[in-house]
Amino acid sequence: MQPYVSFEHVGHTYTLANGQSVNALNDVNFQINKHEFVAVVGPSGCGKSTLLRLLSGLIQPTQGQVKVFNQSITQPRDDVGIVFQKPTLLPWLSVLDNVLFPLKHKYGVVAKKDKEQALLLIEMVGLKDFSQRRPDQLSGGMQQRVGIARALLLDPDILIMDEPFSALDALTREEMGFELLKIWNEKPKTVLFITHSISEAVLLADKVFVMSERPGTLAEAINIDLPRPRSLQTIQDSLFSNYTSRIRKHIYKQANIEDVSTKTVA
Amino acid sequence: MSIYLKIKHKLQPMLPFITLLALLPVWEFICWFAKVPNFVLPSPSEIISAFLNVEITRWLDHSWATLRVALLGFALSIAISIPLAVIMVRSQFLTKTLFPLLVVIQSTPVVAIAPLLIVILGSGEAPRLAITCLITFFPLVVAATTGMLATPPELIELSKSLRASPVKEIWQIRLPYAIPHIFSGLKVAVTLAIIGAVIAEFVAAEKGLGYFVQFSTSYFKIPQAFAALIFLSIMSLVLFKAVHWIQTLYFSWSLPAQEK
Ligand SMILES: Nc1ncnc2c1ncn2[C@@H]1O[C@H](COP(=O)(O)OP(=O)(O)OP(=O)(O)O)[C@@H](O)[C@H]1O
Ligand SMILES: [Mg+2]
Repeated sequence: MQPYVSFEHVGHTYTLANGQSVNALNDVNFQINKHEFVAVVGPSGCGKSTLLRLLSGLIQPTQGQVKVFNQSITQPRDDVGIVFQKPTLLPWLSVLDNVLFPLKHKYGVVAKKDKEQALLLIEMVGLKDFSQRRPDQLSGGMQQRVGIARALLLDPDILIMDEPFSALDALTREEMGFELLKIWNEKPKTVLFITHSISEAVLLADKVFVMSERPGTLAEAINIDLPRPRSLQTIQDSLFSNYTSRIRKHIYKQANIEDVSTKTVA
Repeated sequence: MSIYLKIKHKLQPMLPFITLLALLPVWEFICWFAKVPNFVLPSPSEIISAFLNVEITRWLDHSWATLRVALLGFALSIAISIPLAVIMVRSQFLTKTLFPLLVVIQSTPVVAIAPLLIVILGSGEAPRLAITCLITFFPLVVAATTGMLATPPELIELSKSLRASPVKEIWQIRLPYAIPHIFSGLKVAVTLAIIGAVIAEFVAAEKGLGYFVQFSTSYFKIPQAFAALIFLSIMSLVLFKAVHWIQTLYFSWSLPAQEK
């Protein structure tokens, strides 16, 4: 199968206003197949968000190439949906209008069928009765769901999520993870899911990319051969803890911490 | 809600008036008891009779003249400062060149520029509007710029990822995001507008409450000047409230959480 997304020797160096430069990514190589769910874990500041910006076309790599279907990305693509770390909804719009915002912002017009589509998405993320509410009347988890519905509106082939659940409590977080898998199942897409949580990465993804400290590079790509559909059962699977401890080991090896077994990480 | 709370809730907005009403007899008594001469502090009864001595149409005439300059100057100031803020948000270079200039203009006392403006712009309405505009535009520019720059970067990235035009980015994201800031600025500016109009009338006018205060004091009609002052305070208060009402009516989402 031809890879869908490929990063070829990608590096990115930010130039600051004062002329200094920050090397965020260095020689990153990987491939993602169509409709694959990839999770990215790595220490803070290792360039995960930079990876996201590169794939979405918001910034251009300073070295190498980012390709989708063998075509270099030179500007933001139409078929990419982004879910940000914070929900960042527009406080003056209702939930429905927030979900419709990308269409309105891009094309200026919203057809009746778009509205129906938006309402379906809102129902899918479990906010059917809240479509006319304003964001400030929703909980953090509900707001994040609106953010997900918004990213899905233009039915993107690629869904990029930057620590989408990091602001949520553990329970809501797990629930949202399963919900995301359900959506992914109904509308298959290529997903790049950035997270700080190793168990979340293993629970959701087909493949986990482990990144190293800055300048970030891909340290390891681990295939997760856990059966689908994933559920709370999956967490009890001995394979599951195998995967998480393997990834954990990898991260601690980077940080030069010897004894892994006594450490507990989320 | 208990009855006590209900009454408290109803009375809350009236409290300033009630306090004022309660103070009036005290004021009257002090003036009478200490025999305060009326050019130092006229008593409420003197002010009221001074107010009644002037025909109501004359009061309205003067008030309208001041209100007109304040509102037109205020509108002009909005029309200038919002686009200026947009320009500064779009261009780092212009921010660096324009902003220090704005600070210089802001820190030059308007009272000192006023006579110059009248020489330059003639004795019509133009210098009065210019003075009002000068005194009100700074808080507006600062509020609008701060608000637009406070837009979460994620929303800007969302706009960029949709390849929307910069005009849409400003119009549909940054400007609405600045609304809470802009209204804070408007509330400050609208009271400054009255001050601007009065300063302008001090310098050159044959009408308006500012003119009337000056006219009255020059004839030692201090109670009459006080009555005009009270007109001015009421006008400021009403304008301030009006801005708040507009915000509540059309932009209720932008009110601070405690006021919703
Ligand atoms: N716009 C920018 N300008 C300059 N430097 C930046 C910019 N964005 C990120 N960086 C730098 O690039 C490096 C990688 O940043 P990035 O945001 O990609 O990290 P991250 O892995 O997403 O971190 P976190 O997990 O904390 O979100 C950091 O050292 C950061 O300081
Ligand atoms: Mg990040």
